[in-house]
Amino acid sequence: MSDMSQTLKQAAESVVQSAPERAERPPHAISVSLTYAWRALLKIKHMPEQLFDVVVTPIMFTVMFTYLFGGALAGSTDAYLQFLLPGILVQTIVFTSVYTGFTLNTDISKGVFDRFRSLPVWSPGPIAGAMLADVFRFTASGVIVFIVGTLMGYRPEGGFIAVIPALLLMNAFAFGFGWIFTALALSVRTPSTVMTLAWLVLMPLTFASNIYVDPATMPGWLQAVVAVNPVSLLVTAIRDIMAGTPDLRAVLLALLAPGLIAAVFGPVTMWLYRKER
Amino acid sequence: MTALAIETRALSRRFGEKRAVDGIDLEVRRGEIFAVLGPNGAGKTTLVRMLATLLRPTGGSAQVLGHDIEREPREVRRKISLTGQFASVDEDLTGYENLLLLARLSGLKGSHATGRAMDLLGAFDLADAAGQQAKTYSGGMRRKLDIASSLIRRPELLFLDEPTTGLDPRSRNQVWDIVRGLAASGTTILLTTQYLEEADQLAGEIAVVDHGRIIARGTSAQLKAKVGGGVLQIHLARPDQRDEAARLLAGTLAGEVRAGGDGASFSVDVSDPGAGLAALGALSAAGIALSGYSLSQPSLDEVFFTLTGRPPEDETGRAPEARP
Repeated sequence: MSDMSQTLKQAAESVVQSAPERAERPPHAISVSLTYAWRALLKIKHMPEQLFDVVVTPIMFTVMFTYLFGGALAGSTDAYLQFLLPGILVQTIVFTSVYTGFTLNTDISKGVFDRFRSLPVWSPGPIAGAMLADVFRFTASGVIVFIVGTLMGYRPEGGFIAVIPALLLMNAFAFGFGWIFTALALSVRTPSTVMTLAWLVLMPLTFASNIYVDPATMPGWLQAVVAVNPVSLLVTAIRDIMAGTPDLRAVLLALLAPGLIAAVFGPVTMWLYRKER
Repeated sequence: MTALAIETRALSRRFGEKRAVDGIDLEVRRGEIFAVLGPNGAGKTTLVRMLATLLRPTGGSAQVLGHDIEREPREVRRKISLTGQFASVDEDLTGYENLLLLARLSGLKGSHATGRAMDLLGAFDLADAAGQQAKTYSGGMRRKLDIASSLIRRPELLFLDEPTTGLDPRSRNQVWDIVRGLAASGTTILLTTQYLEEADQLAGEIAVVDHGRIIARGTSAQLKAKVGGGVLQIHLARPDQRDEAARLLAGTLAGEVRAGGDGASFSVDVSDPGAGLAALGALSAAGIALSGYSLSQPSLDEVFFTLTGRPPEDETGRAPEARP
């Protein structure tokens, strides 16, 4: 046996012998979730383009709609931006919520999850951690879009401080809404399928809403759809908040759909997660 | 404390109609390297996933380190580590971050976690690549990181599912050295492999698995003994003596005398090394000059062929090639 192979053999032997004793108790659920959240944040650090992807579309739409259609739709580009930006913030956060599902599916298809599931720790940790990290992701993407809007001339009537409750509400909405995508991620085979299916849901959801135009000019049947679209309900609540006239009823209506989604798809996700593959 | 690290009784797993694991009885002693040898699709990974509590059996039972895998999966997980078939490292994170993540999940804090990560990187020659994302690693580095990830704490039992599949010979040798080192530290190791040489090199005991069943078990030497003594090969110095040589070989040995393609060599199966030596003596006494000879032990490939009637790694439906 060569010297080099002896060295590796001895190094392996001694590194195992010097291993720390097994912990008396495994780390608790909160610390496990925080560790997995840290992992998700590291991924954003290594792949900032992931965050970039989800804010580029909203920024493109903001610029395009404001300068191309703004004058025609609202009389002036400035007036249109005041109307559009709260809606675009909502669109950004809804788009971002897909990424929870996307990263979850990527993990599973790569085999990292086999190792996680073989660890003696709280098993829903990876999902809880991903959702914690999403709070950062939602906030960061919301703030980026808000800054772009501000540079273009957007000024919230409720003052810049209104952004904070708006982000809180959007986080709550996205947290509930995101369970659809985690359940989806655990049911399909590839990350790209998650994306494709998610866009099929998101496109009609964001366009058949009050994000871009006032639904008053739409045909009656479409107005009916837009009125009950959860995205419209959230946009209405956010517009009120940014305008400095928050409306409790609008906030509760906005949280109704994500609450229901979490109640249904939360358990479905956990069931799919615990079910072996 | 039971002396057995793993004990299974009729352990089975079906996927629909397919019996991936079909009634396996296994006994692995503590401190040994045990190899599960078989071709692709033999059920090796399913077996490991059940023992590592990732998959529930559909029949039979298993005790791992004294704990029932179905009733006490958490106790089992506390004592084992799994290195899966596809390197289960997080490709987006650096090597260091991968180990730090698992160190923290193992309950190490602060400098204990960072120190352990650095120790492992150092031991496996990965310190220089510590800050690079694992996706930039070669297959061998990735596998070493994967094994290091299993060693944050000292596992009582380590599962290595095809640890060298797809690796180049140099990396394969490195993994072998690591496995030998782990065994020297007293860790019980269950490894699966498609490579007969790997089982032969590393394992004290081997179970040969095919279609979800164990078709043979024993030490490498015992398995070889099942096939017989080996093969005597001779090469003649003078091709004109071939007829006489063939006659002599057929007279002294029971096995079929096969002529080589060059017209100057023969090979014969021999029941034991003594019979081979006797035949060589007879050739020498008759004045037949040899330019070379060998008396080989049967390879595990031959063992596999004898047991299954087809060569290993032959899942393509090809007709088995003639035995050499």
